[in-house]
Amino acid sequence: MQDPVLQVHDIAVRFGEVTALDGVSLTIAPGECIGLVGHNGAGKSTLISVLNGGLTPQTGSVGDGPYGIARARSLGVRCVFQELSLCPNLSITENARIAHRDLPAFGWRGTARRIVSDSLDAIFPGHGIDPRAQVGELSIAQRQMVEIAMAFSSPTAPPRLVILDEPTSSLDAGLAAQLLAHVKRFIAQGGAVILVSHILDEILSTATRIVVMKDARIVADRPAADFTQGSLVQAMGSSAKELTARRAQITGDDALRLTLPHGLPFHARKGEIVGLSGLGGHGQTRMLLALHEAHAPQWWPAATPAVTFVAGDRRLNGTFDLWSILKNMTAAALPDLARHGLIRPTAEATQAATWKDRIAIRTPDLQNPILSLSGGNQQKVLFARALATRAPVVLMDDPMRGVDIGTKQEVYRIIRDEADHGRTFVWYSTEMEEMGLCDRVYVFREGAIVAELVGEEISEHAILAASFAESNRGAA
Amino acid sequence: MTPDRLRLLVPVMALVALLAGVFWMQPRAASYTGLNLLLNLAVPIALATIAQMLIMAVNDLDLSMGAFVSFVACVTATFLNDTPALGLLILAAAIAVYAGLGVIIHLRNLPSIVVTLGMSFVWTGLAVLILPAPGGSSPEWLRTLMTVKPPLAPMAIFASVLIAIVAHLIVMRSTLGVRIRALGGNERTVARSGTSIIATRAAAYALAAFFAVLAGMALVGLATSADANIALRYTLLSIAGVILGGGEFIGGRVSPIGAVIGALTLTLAGSFLSFLRISPDWQIGAQGAILILVLALRLLFNRLEARR
Repeated sequence: MQDPVLQVHDIAVRFGEVTALDGVSLTIAPGECIGLVGHNGAGKSTLISVLNGGLTPQTGSVGDGPYGIARARSLGVRCVFQELSLCPNLSITENARIAHRDLPAFGWRGTARRIVSDSLDAIFPGHGIDPRAQVGELSIAQRQMVEIAMAFSSPTAPPRLVILDEPTSSLDAGLAAQLLAHVKRFIAQGGAVILVSHILDEILSTATRIVVMKDARIVADRPAADFTQGSLVQAMGSSAKELTARRAQITGDDALRLTLPHGLPFHARKGEIVGLSGLGGHGQTRMLLALHEAHAPQWWPAATPAVTFVAGDRRLNGTFDLWSILKNMTAAALPDLARHGLIRPTAEATQAATWKDRIAIRTPDLQNPILSLSGGNQQKVLFARALATRAPVVLMDDPMRGVDIGTKQEVYRIIRDEADHGRTFVWYSTEMEEMGLCDRVYVFREGAIVAELVGEEISEHAILAASFAESNRGAA
Repeated sequence: MTPDRLRLLVPVMALVALLAGVFWMQPRAASYTGLNLLLNLAVPIALATIAQMLIMAVNDLDLSMGAFVSFVACVTATFLNDTPALGLLILAAAIAVYAGLGVIIHLRNLPSIVVTLGMSFVWTGLAVLILPAPGGSSPEWLRTLMTVKPPLAPMAIFASVLIAIVAHLIVMRSTLGVRIRALGGNERTVARSGTSIIATRAAAYALAAFFAVLAGMALVGLATSADANIALRYTLLSIAGVILGGGEFIGGRVSPIGAVIGALTLTLAGSFLSFLRISPDWQIGAQGAILILVLALRLLFNRLEARR
């Protein structure tokens, strides 16, 4: 056997209490295309970051000797990231200058233009992209094409391992086919590719070997020929875990409605817990924001808000870091606690104390700063803030990220309790078992609702099957 | 027409409109001497605008520009005139301090506005220590350089074109310029390519300081003496010049040619308002109104562009 392109051995990565990779070993040989699949949070992105040199694992080894971005690049490892990572204010040529540090110091414009054009011509014949164009002017598909072309091109040593993270997510079927054909040519010439895709057909048809990740580990690593679509979906899910039973189907008036440009329309009934599922970034957060936009007052806070929002990324858009726990908790319900525009401190304190007990926030004093709490308790404060309003609808954007299991159970209980009292919850979550708590689940793919699961239909298998398109966009 | 060219159209139109207005109000201004008088103070402003533009290209803002240019002017009018070697050393050290600021801002993740606001007091303090009262005098060679009378067009025009070309070559054509703008466009991409973000930011700051030093020297060459407060208004003028010239506060979208045109426009706006006999009390407000007008025009262009 030839020398491997890259080898990782028994690596582990932890972010705080969350384990993102747990004892993963992988050997990438020249001439193979590894299909990497798994559900959200399975550890795919973390593994890619490690291979790319952007993340150093706490334990285990990558390659031989110290590994980092510079080392990865000198080994010929290139990566096309899921979120587009070109500089929109620069031309394609100038972006190539940033990506390829080995361009000559003088006359680099000509060289850069030539290699990007050559690579585009090779992968996407008839692309019609001018390398002098500014990236900001290009369509999303064209940007992705450029990024892919740049990863496969080089002014000096050719790339040896190209990592493609959802490379076809914004390409149409024809372009996707061109890319996959190029991947096959590339590995035939001795290159190696790691392909991440939510379209199982692409993986099964292109990959020579398929690696399935689940819960921060590799659970299957076999030749692609050994898999079928069914067995692949099965490998990704856990067969043992049964989702909790739910209530009888809810009937009643719609509390919310939204028609999306594509796919099934969205609606939520009074007292219903509606789950939004599917792979991360397929339009769930965007729809929550659209719901909020449609129902929240734009200029002046209404006395009775129609919707309230629980943010998932609490550091980014949840907590007021410099405020006390009490101020954080009551921030959304201030109109109820004020008279003539002045806040009544006693009413505020009473409300906060009620919620402290109800949701069990572990702190000796509500006047302590919010950052004195653990992450899980901070998240509970955000829940209390939303639930303390009189809004009949609560929108939740993956609020349980990085929360310990005990807190989760307490919050689940409160959500169920509030729903029984007639509140509507729209709940986006990347965690499978949370979908089991919902009365109805919408599965998202590529910005549209592709499936609606009610009651007993909700299962990990059904959600996985709907989130991974079986074929390449059907007849598109 | 590329978006970059389209962006340049508004500042060019604004400059032409103002020039036409000035010539119409005061036909004698359309002469060699007239143009030189109108525009020679635009040269230091244009240099300071290029300096500010470099800082803005990496998504930062320099609120100490005016204080720093004043400091440089004081050094130029004293040390550089009396003991040139020491003067050059001080100016080189000041550029090194700027590079250090870039490093600190990046490493400690500090807002550039706060750091440079603090530094503005340091520069003003140093300037007052050097020149407690207005005074000093311009080095002879600098005076000669700034009052040279080239054939065909006045010095201010040649200097502006030269500044625009040099800045364009550095910022738009060189590898360093591309890296600086890339840092403003998408910092993560730069980091992932293995380029040092710290070194790039430090280089942007040092380059900005270099242009600011040239601005201070040019100002002394024109004014013949210096004062610790000589260029305080350059801070806001330079920011306005960059924005007027098609630059953006964030996103690494800058245009050196536009910045020079923006500086010329702002200088002319002052003269135009004087010719209109608007009392100096109202001039700042009127200058602001011109700025808002031009920016509104640009917004309109952006909308049209987005609709295409």
